[in-house]
Amino acid sequence: MNVRFEVLVQLKQGLLDPQGKAIEGSLPAMGWTNVSGVRVGRQVELTIEAESEEAAQAQVEEMAARLLSNPVIEEFQVLRAEQVGR
Amino acid sequence: MSEGRRPKIGVVTFPGSLDDRDALRAVRLMGGEGVGLWHADRDLRGVDAVILPGGFSYGDYLRCGAIARFAPIMDEVRGFAEAGGAVVGICNGFQILCEAGLLPGALIRNRQLRFVCRWVDVRVETSVSPLSADLVAGEILRVPVKHGEGQFVASAGDLDRIERDGLVVFRYCSPEGAIDEPHNPNGASNAVAGLRNEAGNVVGLMPHPEHAVDPDVGATGGQPMFASLLSSTLARVSTA
Repeated sequence: MNVRFEVLVQLKQGLLDPQGKAIEGSLPAMGWTNVSGVRVGRQVELTIEAESEEAAQAQVEEMAARLLSNPVIEEFQVLRAEQVGR
Repeated sequence: MSEGRRPKIGVVTFPGSLDDRDALRAVRLMGGEGVGLWHADRDLRGVDAVILPGGFSYGDYLRCGAIARFAPIMDEVRGFAEAGGAVVGICNGFQILCEAGLLPGALIRNRQLRFVCRWVDVRVETSVSPLSADLVAGEILRVPVKHGEGQFVASAGDLDRIERDGLVVFRYCSPEGAIDEPHNPNGASNAVAGLRNEAGNVVGLMPHPEHAVDPDVGATGGQPMFASLLSSTLARVSTA
């Protein structure tokens, strides 16, 4: 079976996100003065062919921990594509 | 350099490496034998030390160094490092060593979000590393930086351990050696420019000593780093 996932990777809370800061800094110039806490992450979509949903889930978690994110600076979240309407 | 055997320093070329030629040239200029190594090989060709050079391996896709760390040669480099061999990561090579877990911490986007390309001064913090073996703490060297993602970060626990164990090898500083914000080119935590592992045989740094060995093209702060690499490597292999 094919199972499609979305992996969301973000800098850990507490680490300054320079991209988020830059976006936050430019919003007031465009008139949006009420925005704070902007953080930029990465979204990876992928399909896994596996025997079962559980096997696919275990594999995507391991891939996210070992390659898609760097545990020193990032945290990740795995979503099933159906959950996000894909 | 003493008479006799010249240390063989391997320089790994990954797809997207830029500074491999300069690193090989710097090794030769300083009296060593440069040996080109290839990312897809599982062979260190009998070298006495390994340099992972600067550049944009695998286009820096995903994260800087994240793909390169899985290159076939990295298994050999890891084994070599675990056996006590000297491994030096410059810029992208530093990023690869952090991604591979051979050095603590990580390198993220410069705080100011801009690529930085200029001369910096770094202060030697310890002589325990292949690049600082002939140097004493407090010496100041001028070398260039050129990177977009050179801001060193680590968890609070790791940063404490790094400082407690004296793992910082080089810090960005003023020409007089003061550590302050205006002389930190990327916002690195604790002004870390270069770092070693606990054993002291693996070192990574963001500045480029290989671009600072020839007086015809600027400062020569890279010379004592390469001289240290060659003499410490020679000392290690001749006692082995």
